[in-house]
Amino acid sequence: MKILLTIIICLALSVGASASFITVAPEYEERYEKLLSELRCLVCQNQTVAESPAGLADDFRIEVKEMLERGATDEEILTFMSERYGDFILYNPPVKARTYLLWVGPFVLLVGGILIVIMLVRKRATNIPRNELTEQDKQRLQSLLGDEDKK
Amino acid sequence: MIRFLIPAFIFIVLMGFLFVGLYKDPSLVPSPLIGKPVPTFAASTLKNPEKIITNKDLQGKYALVNVWATWCAACKQEHAALMYLAEQLQVPIYGLNYKDDRGSAIDWLNRYGDPYIANIFDENGRIGIDFGVYGAPETFLIDAEGIIHHKLVGVMTPAIWEEQFLPKINQIISPPTVSMN
Amino acid sequence: MAAEIGQFTLIIALCLAITQSVIPLIGAYKNNFSWMAVGRTTASGQFLFLIISFICLTYCFVTNDFSVLYVANNSNTLLPVYYQISAVWGAHEGSLLLWVLCLAGWGYAVSIFSRSLPEDVVARVLAVMGMVSIGFLSFTLLTSNPFERLFPAAIEGRDLNPLLQDPGLVIHPPMLYMGYVGFSVAFAFAIAALLSGKLDSAWVRWSRPWANIAWVFLTIGIALGSWWAYHELGWGGWWFWDPVENASFMPWLVGTALIHSLAVTEKRSTFKSWTVLLSILAFSLSLLGTFLVRSGVLVSVHSFASDPERGVYILAFLAVVVGGSLTLYAWRATQFSSGGRFDMVSKETMLLINNVLLVVAMLTILIGTLYPLFLDALGLPKLSVGPPYFSAVFVPLMLPLVVLMGIGPLAKWRRVPIKELFNKLKILLVLGVVLGIVMPLAIYRDTTVMTAVGIAAGAWAILTSVFAITRLIAKRDSSTSVTKALSKIPRAMYGMVIAHIGIGLFIFGVVFTSAFSDQKEISVKFGEQIELAGYTFNLKSVGSVQGPNYQAMRGTVDVHKDGEFVTNLYPEKRIYTVQQNPMTEPGIDTGWFRDLYVSLGEAVSENEWGFRIYYRPFVQWIWIGCLFMSIGGVLGAMDKRYRTLTKTSKQTTQTRLSTPVTPT
Repeated sequence: MKILLTIIICLALSVGASASFITVAPEYEERYEKLLSELRCLVCQNQTVAESPAGLADDFRIEVKEMLERGATDEEILTFMSERYGDFILYNPPVKARTYLLWVGPFVLLVGGILIVIMLVRKRATNIPRNELTEQDKQRLQSLLGDEDKK
Repeated sequence: MIRFLIPAFIFIVLMGFLFVGLYKDPSLVPSPLIGKPVPTFAASTLKNPEKIITNKDLQGKYALVNVWATWCAACKQEHAALMYLAEQLQVPIYGLNYKDDRGSAIDWLNRYGDPYIANIFDENGRIGIDFGVYGAPETFLIDAEGIIHHKLVGVMTPAIWEEQFLPKINQIISPPTVSMN
Repeated sequence: MAAEIGQFTLIIALCLAITQSVIPLIGAYKNNFSWMAVGRTTASGQFLFLIISFICLTYCFVTNDFSVLYVANNSNTLLPVYYQISAVWGAHEGSLLLWVLCLAGWGYAVSIFSRSLPEDVVARVLAVMGMVSIGFLSFTLLTSNPFERLFPAAIEGRDLNPLLQDPGLVIHPPMLYMGYVGFSVAFAFAIAALLSGKLDSAWVRWSRPWANIAWVFLTIGIALGSWWAYHELGWGGWWFWDPVENASFMPWLVGTALIHSLAVTEKRSTFKSWTVLLSILAFSLSLLGTFLVRSGVLVSVHSFASDPERGVYILAFLAVVVGGSLTLYAWRATQFSSGGRFDMVSKETMLLINNVLLVVAMLTILIGTLYPLFLDALGLPKLSVGPPYFSAVFVPLMLPLVVLMGIGPLAKWRRVPIKELFNKLKILLVLGVVLGIVMPLAIYRDTTVMTAVGIAAGAWAILTSVFAITRLIAKRDSSTSVTKALSKIPRAMYGMVIAHIGIGLFIFGVVFTSAFSDQKEISVKFGEQIELAGYTFNLKSVGSVQGPNYQAMRGTVDVHKDGEFVTNLYPEKRIYTVQQNPMTEPGIDTGWFRDLYVSLGEAVSENEWGFRIYYRPFVQWIWIGCLFMSIGGVLGAMDKRYRTLTKTSKQTTQTRLSTPVTPT
């Protein structure tokens, strides 16, 4: 019944939101856009601040813009946000003790997977006798199967 | 045999997490400010633009800081509960009037009653950001030193007061106090 | 009345599903052919009754029967008829009905196209599908009945969610569900093999085309979903790593691994137990996706109404189906024979690595998607896992896969003479790298290392695929003509080549779009000109337009390039009458090499409007690539081999029938 509820709420919010346009000086533009795309809007929780039409997202934009103009680094801006809203606001989860599994997991799995393949293949390449078909076998097989392969 | 059981084992663990997850609200954002002091701020009060209120003014053995606005429908819902807390139980409540119009906010208080000791007037929502506000109403519980002990996102109700706030307040000030009923 | 018939037929379908999952299975154990035959009858019956049920719900929608709660919640008299029909699957209850209909459709297809298979296999397969059907039919009837009456009836419906009033969403869910549910066939074949204990690789050959077709549907479904997001959400993106997207992407990745491992198992009868596991996994992940989307455990753009009761039901069902299958697997998989020998460098190894990469990619997405839930369940501070994480982790996993994809098709089974292979490929490798460096520079006079690597990978995928065909032609006898040689190449080969070219096109689309997109978000006065990526956008006016069930503000934008007129764009901002939701309807000029994309924001003043303008190079290649993959998948399933198989196995069945059957 409430498919896409979140989006609906957010779009509804955009009606009330002021049509203010926050523009930054060209020298900050790239960093500004990148930062906004890494922040999660907490009202429309499945949008980045860059995409979100919510009023809160506008407040975040202003905050980011002013911090950039004050000479803050990207790191400082992201820390500023996460100190207030928790890591939930960062779409790029920071590397911490509780995110080790998240960041290292895929590569552990990959290395583990490759190791298993190597072990398995080595076993296959040595333990199983070569039972390649002789020319005679192949002909017999061919006659048994009829000319299925030739079709 | 054992290695063929690995998928089933992983699956059981996964099921456990999914089951617990069913009873959690994924959209609730817990505040990282719990256990930390109230953010520093200095703003004019709602009723008197000349008067400055700062974080040091949030006095009392404990106090609530309630984030509200006249454009927020849910704030209207919880207003009666706040009035009850303030008048009947003498709970000290400070207001953070969030991204609001001063005139309409004063009108609202005159019309529905004023549960607040004082209101911080946060016109552009900057103090709200420092408090980690993402949707009014929100209510913070702070102690005498200004340390935040709890944050409620959403409407204050008698049940929530009993369940979430009273135990925390009792911790802050030992002899246990009043109940709402 | 229609609603009652619908509900009644739904109940009959459930009864048939119960029969289907019990009788044929007993028949298969007792070697009783008439009991086994019940499977086919009940499968057709179930499909028939579900069609009736589905038509009844559709009828309720088309006739505006607002005494049905589901219709009242999701339709409106003003809604155009085609959206009234698609509204049938516009929300949870109806989409479940579509889901069970798809499942019954697959069951029916199995009963039709498996005439040549041994009866006991068909019986077991249909019984397993019947069990899945029981789960979903009872879920529908017990927790999510679409035919529930509303008393008193509503006078007017609350309308279909405006976001769903889009052609993309008319066909996206049916395709996606056909894909999800389609994996139940490969799943049922695998479980049937485990149940029977006959763990030869015959079942692999039978389930291969089914897995292919399911994969094609899922590919189309996901592509349509992304196409819809691009067209409807108004910010020019096509993939957001949202939990609901991930939920469909995980079975796709495992499905891709499955169709490759099925090839090895069929041709070389190795990796049998692994292939069984993948068959189980692909369908399990489809079920998991259903759970994630319908239970509300994750924050998603596209979650259905969350209701713990439903969540608990699906979770319990998941536990029975997946838990049961994995236990059965652990019990029986030890008995698989290990198959033939192969060397370290061989097609087998490459396909095995392909599988490892795809499964690791799936697990990565699973971990990333569920990590917030894990932390929350453990009471740790919450976090978000978003696009930056997924791109950082996913891309390094896909790169070796693409490299391997170029080599694999040219490699031989058992062992590959490395030097010979390298000699064949070195020119293509150099060519790919050169293209990777030159193309972005030539087109955009700009590049980065990542862009060059990405384009090189795309070029490599296409070059090696084309080479795989030309090599076969070059090897022909001097007597045969090129066309004759082309016609002799098996369809499966063409399928593979086209699907791999699709991957290459897709990579081009993704890399160019992410590297060279440009955008502006500004407020514009009428007549003011904005420059973006060499194009001049001129907002002429914004006027009011009346739609069937909405009111819109429509902007008119002229686009010029180098003084020459390119196109007119008409972005809209719609307010749907009933739900009063504002919707953006971007104006898009689609081209082979770039899209121009304009979406209307808010009015600043009477003649000044907010605007978002996007320049999206090569974005259509993303969906063209998916189209190629789908065509490839269809060709693969249509290979002659599967029709030849029909004949030979028919003979074996007949011989089996004519000889006295000894219990095994």
